Amino acid sequence: MHRYLKPVLFLACLVPLARLVWRGFHAGLGANPIEAITHSTGNSTLIFLLVTLSITPLRKLTRQYWLISWRRMLGLYAFFYGTLHLMTYVWLDKFFDVQEMLKDIAKRKFITAGMTAFVLMIPLALTSTKWAIRKLGKRWQMLHRLIYFSAAAGVIHYIWLVKADLKKPLEYATVLGILLLYRVVVWIAARAKRGAGVGAASRVEVSETQA
Amino acid sequence: MLIKKAEDIRSSEITPKSLYLDRRKFLAAAAIAGAAAATGIGLSEAINPSTTVLAGNKINGLQKSSFSTTETITPYKDVTHYNNYYEFSTEKDEPADLAKNFRTRPWKVKIDGMVDKKQELDVDEIIKMAPPEERIYRHRCVEGWSIVVPWVGFSLSELIKRVNPTSKAKYVEFTTLLDMRQMPGQQRPVLQWPYVEGLRMDEAMHPLALLCFGMYGEDLPNQDGAPIRIILPWKYGFKSAKAIVRIRFTDKQPENTWNLSAPREYGFYANVNPNVDHPRWSQAKERRLGEFFKRPTLMFNGYDQVASLYSGMDLKKNY
Repeated sequence: MHRYLKPVLFLACLVPLARLVWRGFHAGLGANPIEAITHSTGNSTLIFLLVTLSITPLRKLTRQYWLISWRRMLGLYAFFYGTLHLMTYVWLDKFFDVQEMLKDIAKRKFITAGMTAFVLMIPLALTSTKWAIRKLGKRWQMLHRLIYFSAAAGVIHYIWLVKADLKKPLEYATVLGILLLYRVVVWIAARAKRGAGVGAASRVEVSETQA
Repeated sequence: MLIKKAEDIRSSEITPKSLYLDRRKFLAAAAIAGAAAATGIGLSEAINPSTTVLAGNKINGLQKSSFSTTETITPYKDVTHYNNYYEFSTEKDEPADLAKNFRTRPWKVKIDGMVDKKQELDVDEIIKMAPPEERIYRHRCVEGWSIVVPWVGFSLSELIKRVNPTSKAKYVEFTTLLDMRQMPGQQRPVLQWPYVEGLRMDEAMHPLALLCFGMYGEDLPNQDGAPIRIILPWKYGFKSAKAIVRIRFTDKQPENTWNLSAPREYGFYANVNPNVDHPRWSQAKERRLGEFFKRPTLMFNGYDQVASLYSGMDLKKNY
């Protein structure tokens, strides 16, 4: 059953892009289409990062362990929308002016944060293959914890760029906070268990998440 | 020649009526475009002739102004659906709808502070103080986009001269309506309400400073600051306060809303200046709505005639 859901999910993840293209062809992007594209792809990136991060808590809390088979695709979609977002900046905002962009990255905090969020996603996308997972073993999971920092940098990027209305970036920050807090709680609980007796708990945890 | 019978034509081949009707619009637009090219009027002007638009009331007896630019006018639809008007919403596409039922009559403007006579003026009284002019100005937002708008109004100095500020008055302060029932954006403390802006007296008396109550030959639409606002084309858009209910003359520099909100980012002067960046983004370029490539931003937004107001001032400090 879950196997058939995956292609559906694949297509569903393309909906934000499809909507954007549709709006583009139906004068739905408003007076400043490039700004609309930038905002839309940026939002999609953050949403996919947060959805990816919610898989682990969700599968454990609902005992739907098969959900793990969705995580890679969701993460890669975050990278996909992040790439589109970056491309709108590189192409439509800066028109490939490398000097200008380097100046921006060094000088503008929100660009620095956004660029950090993107760069941190690169190794995760590159090591998302089965082969890389096998090859890296335990280190794979260590490496993929970078997503916490990528998502945090992404949310900070948003907070730092708005003029006065923090409502939307703070909504993202709240969701991210909850998702990260869950991990802290799990980590503390695992430590307490380990302290109480066997040291095997954490190893079970690892093999389970890789399944 | 093969003539298909009616039943041979699949319904999918029939052009939907709406598209068919659009065809006429397209043809009309093409014809207008041709005519516009031939006669030299701007395309957007031609497609949006001032007789067809929403706000309704046409303003008669418009005088031309030598301050007007000949640059292409931004389409009416963009100027009315891309509004930074936080009193209604922080989303630019929302004020058009949220301001639909905004009441602009009756409307009083309180004149107080250091003036000979404190008074309340009816907006229709103010509008009649001088003949209306059409001023086609560039308008540059602090966010890095710009538009060209045919505003209607007259120099702010016309009003100021008539209300006689005392010699002690060094500044003039403008306050926007505070009414969170009509302006839902004021229900959230995104900015300190009501919105306040200010000018130095000599800035306010400069003939470019416009007291504005119309655009595109008609009454000002609600989402663009109706019934009365100011337009300061050499300053970033946020200086040009909308829906003004109070004009106060003072000897102290007014505390303007955006400056209170983020003093390092928005100053009192807020002159368009490509050499002084916003702390978070460059001001060297701007995107004119409707254009693909960015264009360089001009000092004082190209209105060099105001430069003498600021001679001897460090514009990096007085941003």
